[in-house]
Amino acid sequence: MPDTPTTAPTPPALETRGVNKWFGANHANRDVSLAVPKGTIHGVIGENGAGKSTIMSIVYGYLPADSGAILVDGRPVAVKSPRDALAAGVGMVHQHFMLVDPFTVLENVLLGAEGGVTLAAGMERARAELVRLARDYGLEVDLDRPVGELPVGAQQRVEILKALYRGADILILDEPTGVLTPQETDHLFRILRALREQGKTIVIITHKLREIMELTDNVTVMRRGEVVANVRTAETSKEQLAELMVGRKVLLRVEKAPARPGPVVLEVSGLTVRDGSGVERVKGVGFSVRAGEIVGIAGVSGNGQSELLEALAGMRPVAGGSVRLRGEELADRPGLFNAKALRGLRVGHVPEDRQKVGLITSFEARENAILGHHDDQAYNGRVLMDRAAVLSRCEAEMEAYDVRPRDARLRAANFSGGNQQKIVLAREIERNPDLLLVGQPTRGVDIGAIEFIHKRLVRLRDEGKAILLVSVELDEIVSLSDRILVMFDGRLMGEVAPQDADERRMGLMMAGVEAAT
Amino acid sequence: MDEVFLAVILLVDATIRVATPLVLAAFAALYGERAGVVDIGLEGKMLAGAFFAAAVASSTGNPWLGLLAAVAASVALSLVHGFACITHNGNQVVSGMAINILVAGLAPTLAYAWFHQGGQTPLLPASARLPQIHLPGVEALSPIPIVGPIYREIFDDANVLIWLTVLVVVATQWVLTRTRFGLRLRAVGESPAAVDTAGISVTKLRYQAVIITGVLTGVAGAYLSTAHGAGFVRDMTAGKGYLALAALIFGKWRPWPTLFACLLFAFTDAVQVRLQGVPLPVVGVIPVQFIQMLPYVLTVLLLAGFVGKAVAPKASGIPYVKER
Repeated sequence: MPDTPTTAPTPPALETRGVNKWFGANHANRDVSLAVPKGTIHGVIGENGAGKSTIMSIVYGYLPADSGAILVDGRPVAVKSPRDALAAGVGMVHQHFMLVDPFTVLENVLLGAEGGVTLAAGMERARAELVRLARDYGLEVDLDRPVGELPVGAQQRVEILKALYRGADILILDEPTGVLTPQETDHLFRILRALREQGKTIVIITHKLREIMELTDNVTVMRRGEVVANVRTAETSKEQLAELMVGRKVLLRVEKAPARPGPVVLEVSGLTVRDGSGVERVKGVGFSVRAGEIVGIAGVSGNGQSELLEALAGMRPVAGGSVRLRGEELADRPGLFNAKALRGLRVGHVPEDRQKVGLITSFEARENAILGHHDDQAYNGRVLMDRAAVLSRCEAEMEAYDVRPRDARLRAANFSGGNQQKIVLAREIERNPDLLLVGQPTRGVDIGAIEFIHKRLVRLRDEGKAILLVSVELDEIVSLSDRILVMFDGRLMGEVAPQDADERRMGLMMAGVEAAT
Repeated sequence: MDEVFLAVILLVDATIRVATPLVLAAFAALYGERAGVVDIGLEGKMLAGAFFAAAVASSTGNPWLGLLAAVAASVALSLVHGFACITHNGNQVVSGMAINILVAGLAPTLAYAWFHQGGQTPLLPASARLPQIHLPGVEALSPIPIVGPIYREIFDDANVLIWLTVLVVVATQWVLTRTRFGLRLRAVGESPAAVDTAGISVTKLRYQAVIITGVLTGVAGAYLSTAHGAGFVRDMTAGKGYLALAALIFGKWRPWPTLFACLLFAFTDAVQVRLQGVPLPVVGVIPVQFIQMLPYVLTVLLLAGFVGKAVAPKASGIPYVKER
């Protein structure tokens, strides 16, 4: 445990004391006190909605606290806006990058630290300083490229450069690895360790236990707005942290028996898909999914997986190739190959973006529970809908999937991410599909719900259904899939058995460097 | 030959005079939209500017006080727009339309109440209108072919606001690309969250932008009633505010292309005036109504087909609400 600040020889670089924050009736931060020793990497871990991003947004002045104090190097600071935080030496890299896409790297760094009414002088100074920072910390980026054209890893380095250029001694990173490949993550960790060596203090917010164990010196665990533990990383374990986060024992590994694959349900060959602006995003992909197995498609976000899934779900036209469902060709039959007809052919689809595609968030849960099936006899009288039938269907599903709060009349927007996802899953799985297409089933879902969702998918597999899983979470792919396909730049790099899927090899395949042998 | 040349010069001169209020309005909207505030209320603000410029100039005999009043009225309306859209995250199109409708009714009503001339202001004497600037050396240069007539017809005796407009165009380009304010303005229209987290107030920046919009539309209005015209006439803006917005889109929100678009629209307008009642080969005399449609038909055609994909500032029209 970190010492109490009053007895510490040097004050902590960053400290919060009794911070409270309310969002309406939601007590997002409850007496949050934490201390980050100087020159360390400090993890803040917790489920979604545990308040970890909220407390850091308060520290950065992006949100005002309702009560409590923030201390930097032992001195209380009044942080009313990010400007105050930056002045106190606190910089933040947000989960969604705060960059101006059409601006060059240099312009992005300059924004807010222009150094004069005109730009010319400041630009020259910034350029020299950035070259130095890049050299010292391995933060190479092309200063004159528009940020929007850079890969995400480089965009993140721009965010770090922004903070360092403003003289940040304390750097807060919110879920920094969510969009990175394993190699980019390694690169980031090297940078962070280099920063620590130069005496910088780093706070990293994450829900990934592996990263906490690998990178941090100390961890603060948060649950439901409260700090539940401060521990030294060396003295804890993944299992203990998971239990602290959730408040009960959690099974981190998915337990499943070997698959017993049956006949081929879905067979895809030479499939080509174009996106809205006509760019080919899926370039001649072929694979098959059998009954009773989970086939996982791994890859860094944006390599065509989304378009592949949308095409198979009938939401996006196919530009070429063949898609056979139980041996029947669909590709050239628009009458069958659309979202509505596919539902009739017993294909379920859990879309990647549940808020935009999977749900109508302004509709009530019960209405969402029958979306796409709203024409079914079961829910319709001769003229009016049978609202009682809709309600009881939704209530039964909520019970079976432990959706909380169990209120079928609540608007979908008011459920947490995990519960929204359960509503979608229940709708798709409970129609007993032969083939389930699943995209990012646990994105933004808390650890307890992840466990439930994973178990449910395995059970569906054991019932002899075919499942195609697309996820950018490598751990999820490896632990759920019976066969793994890696996608890069619209092509399949090859197939890997989950037991052979070590991180290095997968990482290289995901980066398009190496094909499977 | 000389006559054709002179006709061309006169056409250019007319184009510039017609383009001036368009350019002012389009650049006004450029500041707003690059900062993320769409202003469909240009029309109303210009009309308010035109009315107050004429009303004050007519009562005091001082066109400069009129210009000041025009700017004040237009800025006041801009602040109303800002209050609705920036402070209260209101819908920018609705707020802008409200301003248009308000002024379209209010200006003639006030004119009727104050001047009793059927919703107009009295005809302004030359002394109550904004002056033209007489350049030296016109006599000396006149005999020189080409340069002489150009200098005499286009540059000499141009209204002071035309020169101001030239200044606005050049200054805008410089401000946007070379200054701190310009960098922040462009950033806040693309990614207000990035500006906010950089420690800069989004609200303040956007208010600054709409105030500039107000000043420029006020000047545009004053030009219509006290420089180009000699008094306020009901609906005298005649859709110029919308035309300016179209020019801004056609110009892809960039200063020089926007200027070009304004000049193009003004040119068709100038041609339109000269074509009225003139028999053309093959078709003969085209009814006036069709000729008057020209600038607007051109607008529709350009926006529908020839602009290519116009990419607006990403946050344009979207109120900034902090995510939690």
